[in-house]
Amino acid sequence: MTTARFWRDNATRYNLMATRCGSCGKVTFPPRHVCPICHRRSMGKMEKFRLSGKGEVYSFTLVHEAPAAFELQKPYIVAMIKMDEGVMMTAQLSDCEYAEVKIGMRVKATLRKIGEEGAGGVIHYGYKFVPE
Amino acid sequence: MREVAVIGIGITKFGELWDSSFREMGIMAGLAALADAKVSSEEVDAMYVGNMSAGRYIEQEHVAALIADYSGLARDHIPATRVEAAGASGGLAIRQAYLAIASGMHDMVVVGGAEKMTDVGDMESNAIQSSAADQQWESVFGATSPSLHAMIARRHMFQYGTTREQIAQVAVKNHLHGSFNPNAQFQREIDLKTVLRSPPVADPLGLFDCAPNSDGAAAVVLCSLDKARRYAEAPIKILASAQASDTLALHSRADICTFEATRFAARNAYKQANIGPQDIQLAEVHDNFTISEILAIEDLGFFEKGKGGKAVEDGLTKLGGQIAVNTSGGLKARGDPIGATGVAQIVELVTQLRNQAGKRQVPNAKYALAQNVGGTGATAIVHILGVA
Repeated sequence: MTTARFWRDNATRYNLMATRCGSCGKVTFPPRHVCPICHRRSMGKMEKFRLSGKGEVYSFTLVHEAPAAFELQKPYIVAMIKMDEGVMMTAQLSDCEYAEVKIGMRVKATLRKIGEEGAGGVIHYGYKFVPE
Repeated sequence: MREVAVIGIGITKFGELWDSSFREMGIMAGLAALADAKVSSEEVDAMYVGNMSAGRYIEQEHVAALIADYSGLARDHIPATRVEAAGASGGLAIRQAYLAIASGMHDMVVVGGAEKMTDVGDMESNAIQSSAADQQWESVFGATSPSLHAMIARRHMFQYGTTREQIAQVAVKNHLHGSFNPNAQFQREIDLKTVLRSPPVADPLGLFDCAPNSDGAAAVVLCSLDKARRYAEAPIKILASAQASDTLALHSRADICTFEATRFAARNAYKQANIGPQDIQLAEVHDNFTISEILAIEDLGFFEKGKGGKAVEDGLTKLGGQIAVNTSGGLKARGDPIGATGVAQIVELVTQLRNQAGKRQVPNAKYALAQNVGGTGATAIVHILGVA
């Protein structure tokens, strides 16, 4: 992945920016230009805001077979997190044992390295979740 | 809208076909389908090719023109179109051909589906398949196709009490069915222990819960029903063709234990065919993972939501059961050369409806259904076929 392709999403990834529809109030992550409920009525009314970063585990897995970019991390935990604002996101869980993870477990977002472009390349940062 | 029939089918063996190139497989399947239909190349009006990722698997784009060319059709200058919807590419190619004929634009169309997956390593193939998910918001964090399906499995177990054993039984059944299919990648029966003890891929799913990397191609010849009778005594009719989409990322859904795209497409298909799920005697469904088949048989209306695992465990989806699911062996045992899969499903349904399925024949089959899925249910294609 080129650097630009990654950093153009940095603001969202670093700050957990979401959108709230000014028409119906539905929250979307990542930010969207159009609300999937209000369609055209939401145009120009999508308000960006920062998620609290807190939520609970909706589902999870331990990844043993991964693409080369994640070879050194495996096995690693991937989870779907239901944020307190209602949206879900997919991320890795860190700082906990796989055996401890349960559906409904409280977690919070933290800024971590999520990848790199080879040994001498740019390091990518983004969110991972840890027990609250 | 004109009625559309399938008058020819062709398929290669699925598996690790080291000796065969992408174009060879595509042509072999296509020529077999034309020979089966007793149609000469000059009669073909157009071609559609289902393919997910030739660009990454063999560094070759522009594959529809390639297949048309090597099929000997370059001088005929027919329109040749590649169709992509990840795992649903083949089913979508069929649907494009169906629409072209139903609309009256074309009379005779060849549909091919092909993927050459074993020219790259398993790790690269995992990355390519995971690109069917949302690259920026799923894959970049390390989510893979197996891991997303593993989270569906975990959630299905949590919400409905589905057991690990019930999920594994899908693989046992599909390997049994595959043992009756001479074109299947895996033709050996396996037992429950083999599935449960297979190397972990994404917990709770192991290697035997996942469809393999496969090479292969499949093709069908579609024709307007009025013209079809000139070529075939008993053409197989396409009674319904439906397609639906959903959010690309799994995490954008309210419930991950249902593929709404499958439900929507199925509802439309049943309406078009004027029948219900209880009328279907056999179905080819998209078991790219064992859990996917459980979702499919629920979302297609064969079993109540949450009861799919039990139905598999009770043998209701086996040959001879209430409804025969994946008589070909499914993606799990027949193999899953991605772009070929949706076309191979139609090949199996036609084989069954023609009463030519040998040891895996479903007796007196009248209505058959195919469900082809892209990604984690962002695209679903449902076709219903019947004896004309």
